[in-house]
Amino acid sequence: MKNKYSIFSIIKNAFSYHENWEKAWKDPEPKKEYDAVIVGGGGHGLATAYYLAKKHNMKNIAVVEKGWIGGGNTGRNTTIIRSNYLWDASAGLYDHALKIWEGLSQELNYNVMFSQRGVMNLAHNLQDVRDLKRRTHANRLNGIDAVYLNTEEVKKFCPIINTSQDIRYPVLGGTLQRRAGTARHDAVAWGYARGADEMGVDIIQNCEVKGIKRNGDTVEGIETTKGFIKTKKIGVVAAGHSSVIANMAGLKLPLESKPLQALVSEPVKPIIDTVVMSNAVHAYVSQSDKGELVIGAGTDDYVSYSQKGSHDIVEGTLNAILELYPIFSRMRMLRQWGGIVDICPDASPIISKTSIKGLYFNCGWGTGGFKATPGSGDLFAHTIANDEPHKLNAAFNIKRFVSGDLVDEHGAAAVAH
Amino acid sequence: MFLINCPFCGEREQSEFKAGGEAHIVRPKQPTELSDDEWAEYLFMRKNIKGIQFERWNHVHGCRKWFNMVRDTSNDQIKAVYKMGEKPPVK
Repeated sequence: MKNKYSIFSIIKNAFSYHENWEKAWKDPEPKKEYDAVIVGGGGHGLATAYYLAKKHNMKNIAVVEKGWIGGGNTGRNTTIIRSNYLWDASAGLYDHALKIWEGLSQELNYNVMFSQRGVMNLAHNLQDVRDLKRRTHANRLNGIDAVYLNTEEVKKFCPIINTSQDIRYPVLGGTLQRRAGTARHDAVAWGYARGADEMGVDIIQNCEVKGIKRNGDTVEGIETTKGFIKTKKIGVVAAGHSSVIANMAGLKLPLESKPLQALVSEPVKPIIDTVVMSNAVHAYVSQSDKGELVIGAGTDDYVSYSQKGSHDIVEGTLNAILELYPIFSRMRMLRQWGGIVDICPDASPIISKTSIKGLYFNCGWGTGGFKATPGSGDLFAHTIANDEPHKLNAAFNIKRFVSGDLVDEHGAAAVAH
Repeated sequence: MFLINCPFCGEREQSEFKAGGEAHIVRPKQPTELSDDEWAEYLFMRKNIKGIQFERWNHVHGCRKWFNMVRDTSNDQIKAVYKMGEKPPVK
């Protein structure tokens, strides 16, 4: 049993100069066999392991990660959380996640710094206005909080936005989801890792999957850089590298992996207390607790695993940021990075069984997976444990690309791709 | 960001081009005779290779012509560029 984090544990550890905190998770060598192995130690993978152990009583499981946990897209995203998606299936999926976020710090006994500061999506042309109004109505029918704001209300909610009607793409209005916000991305991975580790899950870092062993249409285990691990159930949560793992099992997925960039500025005093996204001009910005502006750019349009992106994409985003927020004109950017996102043709994820028994995929989150981390883990755990999807992820079956029953969320995805 | 040697215009910045995805996917001669699985395979399923990939590009802000490229997607190095209809110069 791990010591609970509390104000008392902080005081107690202060006496030993905070040098004797117990490790949040162990660093075990892999066993020969597990009941299930999760491939990918990001937020989604660790959450999957956590809920498998907690809700489905599967304790003999492992998470294998080729690098360090939370070092991929979990540590590279812009930490935005919202659930204002258009279709019923997406609303169910993303709001399920948002509801878990609301109690996550307490549940994990780990401060994920979830901050419901609101997310505003801007409209810059008449079609944007129509689309956003439609989405607001759809959200409200699905029980998701959403309001439509006119230009004055946008200005009131976020005074630093340039609402002049003389700019190239003037702000005509926007939507606001007040329950939406941000969280500390690293803490989400660490909190789930600590929780899963406490229940007996082996978290194995620096362990890359090299092959998937099959007997006919059934999985038998995985080949890794730390040897062969026998298992009957493999849950792949490998984000940009999902296709690489799928190819090892002889499967093809409807995915393309592309670089997505983000950047942060030098830290400044609090200036923007919400998250503002603009799909049309492609600028979204929030401010971290350290004071940095956190800015998300769009994807490059070519397949790449290089974890870099093109300069012109960043330039385009910053052009839009400066037109919308002239106050930022003298800000200097501190860091820029790229992550590889796996994009589905309908901009919705896949949480699904496959044609191979015991092989499950949770992928295709594209540019917006972070917000779904708790819900994705919960539903994927259900799918793996029961060999059947939960009703909330039934629509996100891989078979939808055969039946044609797509869940087109390009409008709500809010990132160009 | 990288430079692309357009087979019609010469070397230009990548931002002048539009990526057209995986190359050499042959359109079925009789789409009406395909099963749903075969149609999904043609329409949606992609190799999405990490490594040497064959792909189509269009010089949208230049000659607007389509051509093929062989590129290593793990480091964005271009191995070869060749015209539509030509055989790939490398295996």
